[in-house]
Amino acid sequence: MNFDAPTIDYAGLSPIISLTAGLVVVVLVAVFDSVKRFGPALALLTLAVTAGCLIWQWGTEADLVAGSLRIDGLAVTLSLLVVVSAAVAILLSRDDPASSQAGESDYLGLLLGSVLGMVMLTQAQNILTFFVALELLSIPLYALCGTDLRRRESLESGLKYLIVGSVGSATLLYGLAMVYGGSGATGFTEIAQGFSSGGPDLLDDSLVLVGVGMVAVGLSFKVSIAPFHQWTPDVYQGAPTPITAFMAVATKIAAFAIFIRFFLVALGPLIDQWDVMLAALAAISIVVGNVGALAQSSLKRMLGYSGIAQAGYMLCGIVVGTQAGVDALVFYLAAYVAMNLAAFAVVVIHERRTGFSDRIASLKGLGREDPAVAWPLTIAMLALAGLPPTAGFIGKLYLIQALIEGDWTWLAVMIAVGTMISLAYYLRVVATVWMRAEPATDPGPAAPGGGATAIDSGDLPPVIAGAAPDAFEDHGSGRRWYLLGPAALGAAVTIFFGVIPQPLVEFAQQAGNALAPYIS
Amino acid sequence: MLNSILWTPLIFGLIAMLVPKRLAPWTAGAGAVITLALAIAVLAGFDPDGGMQYVVDTEWISGLGIDYSLGIDGISVFLVLLTALAWVPAIAFTALRGVERPGLYYFMLAAGETATLGAFLAQDLILFVLFFDLMIVPFYFLFGIWGRDRDGVTVQSATLKMIVYTLIGSLLMLVGAIAVGVIAADGGPLTFSIAELTEKGLPNGSQNWIFWFFAAAFLVKMPAFPLHGWMPDSYRAAPVASLAVFSAVLSKVGAYGFLRVVLPIMPDATELFQTAMLVIALCSIIYGSFMAFTRFDLRLILGFSSVAQLGFITAGIFALNESGSEGAVLQMVNHGLVVVPAFLVVALIAERTGSEQLGPMGGLAKRAPVFAVIFLIVTMATLAIPASANFIGEFFILNGIWQTDVAIAVIASSGVVWAAFYALRMYQRTMHNPLPDDADSREISLRDALVVVPMVACVVVLAFSPQLIVHSSEPAVAENVVSVFDDAKAGTEGEYVASAGAGERADGGENHGSEAAGETGGNGEAGHGEASQ
Repeated sequence: MNFDAPTIDYAGLSPIISLTAGLVVVVLVAVFDSVKRFGPALALLTLAVTAGCLIWQWGTEADLVAGSLRIDGLAVTLSLLVVVSAAVAILLSRDDPASSQAGESDYLGLLLGSVLGMVMLTQAQNILTFFVALELLSIPLYALCGTDLRRRESLESGLKYLIVGSVGSATLLYGLAMVYGGSGATGFTEIAQGFSSGGPDLLDDSLVLVGVGMVAVGLSFKVSIAPFHQWTPDVYQGAPTPITAFMAVATKIAAFAIFIRFFLVALGPLIDQWDVMLAALAAISIVVGNVGALAQSSLKRMLGYSGIAQAGYMLCGIVVGTQAGVDALVFYLAAYVAMNLAAFAVVVIHERRTGFSDRIASLKGLGREDPAVAWPLTIAMLALAGLPPTAGFIGKLYLIQALIEGDWTWLAVMIAVGTMISLAYYLRVVATVWMRAEPATDPGPAAPGGGATAIDSGDLPPVIAGAAPDAFEDHGSGRRWYLLGPAALGAAVTIFFGVIPQPLVEFAQQAGNALAPYIS
Repeated sequence: MLNSILWTPLIFGLIAMLVPKRLAPWTAGAGAVITLALAIAVLAGFDPDGGMQYVVDTEWISGLGIDYSLGIDGISVFLVLLTALAWVPAIAFTALRGVERPGLYYFMLAAGETATLGAFLAQDLILFVLFFDLMIVPFYFLFGIWGRDRDGVTVQSATLKMIVYTLIGSLLMLVGAIAVGVIAADGGPLTFSIAELTEKGLPNGSQNWIFWFFAAAFLVKMPAFPLHGWMPDSYRAAPVASLAVFSAVLSKVGAYGFLRVVLPIMPDATELFQTAMLVIALCSIIYGSFMAFTRFDLRLILGFSSVAQLGFITAGIFALNESGSEGAVLQMVNHGLVVVPAFLVVALIAERTGSEQLGPMGGLAKRAPVFAVIFLIVTMATLAIPASANFIGEFFILNGIWQTDVAIAVIASSGVVWAAFYALRMYQRTMHNPLPDDADSREISLRDALVVVPMVACVVVLAFSPQLIVHSSEPAVAENVVSVFDDAKAGTEGEYVASAGAGERADGGENHGSEAAGETGGNGEAGHGEASQ
């Protein structure tokens, strides 16, 4: 056996390197008062360079760092989506009280750290890198949720996320240990070999199955699949909205990346053992998310529950275990990024304008007063509901097609049923935005903030240490380019890929092709 | 050509949103008129025996096997024309009265036209489903933003009910449509072209569940009896001009879907569930007529009469023979032509009496003879008086059902009598009787007349020459219905021959007969029909 000096594939590692370097720079500039204000710009530059590196690596398929990471179509496409959502989160964070209270550079540093974890997670190909990247993703997020130091809810959400997230991580780690025990390997491909050469007894070994189940549970915590979703609405509502947007979108992308790679590559030989389990999780998630969202009066909580349901739809892509399933999932994730970021950007605008009210009722009359803000929200809701001509419709179509091709027709029907339920709450938002307000019967629109308090004091941001909520008010938020831009762009992208989906289909197929060798 | 028909309304609608407010109706109107002109041009160049024409076929999402393919044949050509025609008075009627936020209003109305035309033109199953779903979106906004709370029904709940009902059907249809493609491909390359799917066929077992997924979507859209729950509230809340096109055209897409998709692609299931569908149609006829007869709200009378009329159309389609399908196509156009002026007349009545309730109404004909005549023509067409095109349409349908099942035909024909009841009641209660004090019997203004009369004129013209539609649709019906169910008929020859004899019409063999033969057939039946009544 030869012992060559290890060659380092700098090109393949370039996204990770640029992110790490940018992270260090962003944290360091805070030391110097003169350049401190360039923090956000540097963070955006870092993300732009990372995106550049990812595009440069488009089409590369290579193992990195002795096979513990792998850059391929799946990693590149999903990392790009993560980077885009992080960039939007940084734009939305500008002037946000959370980022100034926590210290802007710390805030940005944590955010970039989390992005680094996500990019690594999309590439992870080894149990160890898998877990390290997952923790690198999660730990900064726990802190970020609590960065709005003056709001009790924000701190509460940070703590809640920390506790639940740690339980999830611990479960996952146990599961990984058992999988290692069964297969005797840490690399994903080696695990698969271990299982396929181990014979039928190993595949039915109860410890292995428990391990697989625990991994699924751990990951379900991260992507908020029911019944492991209870933290989602609380954390989404409590966290600063830009962070909620980032969590809702980017965490889901990264966690689904590893979900795909671990289950289809490492646990591929056990697909007959886990597909029914994941199908059940997906079905439960679709029902719980959609039914839960029906009763919400807070837009952020509603989006939290809707995220649970959407995660259920996406999980179906893994259940099928085919290349078409992966394609459909990646397509849906991309569409999900666009529509969700548009929705959250509008929530940020609205919150700043009304002094932190995310009540759905407070949106009344928005279509009349400010169509430029109302349209992105409307399009996002129609897309989440899966109506044409949006990317959401094509995404559902893609998923349903993959499911029927894979003989999972009942799950396709579940998606259709879930979508029907979801219409009720998505369209409630649209109706509130556009339809005639009845001033005689409802005093709501006159005082959105005040009215909200009277109805449900739980939604009033509790204020600590004498900071009045109106200190954060920014009545011109609907005209700020860094808020309106992401909203309009997200909506435009949603419509564009609804009408001309072919480019996005090819983008998604890039991811599916990377897994072709591992999928029968 | 079809591309320009399809996208003209939407493009003009987008422009209408951008131009100054007072130009918005003109822009949208210009779009509708150009679309109508294009539709007439298509009809002029249309060859009834030419099969699918003006075909546009390009790849849309190659990864999923979905094509952007449009085409027009004898079944759809008049429905496309009806759509293009119906939108002109709807826009003109609103333009004369003005509307809040005109840019958005005309954009939504125009988008609705594009989506509806798309559903009629699409020759790819997924494209059809997409346009079918898309249709409801602009109408959701139209009803929701410009509708009014009425009789305790809030706009919000009415529109929500409508869209949830409609999309429950559509989403199941989406699953069904994809299943059709996947199952028919059987591992090979995927296609959703309706023609190719018809050729490939589906295995018997899967047809059965897919049939109901499609039927759910179409029956809700019509609406048919057990699935009409969304209709009363939406009809009450909707703004009248958009309701007119909604009721006239969108409901036809459901019936059209049966002819275009269900019958050719799922022939076995269609035959299996023929009786079930006929019973549903029958229930719609009876229930719709009964409700129309007992309601006092003019909109609901028209709404429930649509339920009954679409019951007739469904029954005609599921007679699964030439006469029934041709009658259904004719009746779809007839009903559309009648409903648009009917709703506009209701709006005019409401302007004169301040109410849409029959109770306090009456005597409007006193000083408004022209208005009364317009309404009378509409009423007579609705009750399918002999010599109207509706009479011919209903006759073809009843004749078709007669050949299939005599009992159902007998019950269905009672619907004709019911129609006379509710239509005459509506006319009498509004136009005759003493005029209440607060009502204003005013003649129709010239401008309103210019909006309403052309549609009424079309009703009259069609009464003289229904064969125009019947003969254009004949070859297409022969291809989509008769040829599909001919083989099946061979098995039960005796029964069919017997019933065909009873109908005094040798069916199937005479499909491609000359126009003259068709006409005599029609006249012969007309006489027979009067005798039976």
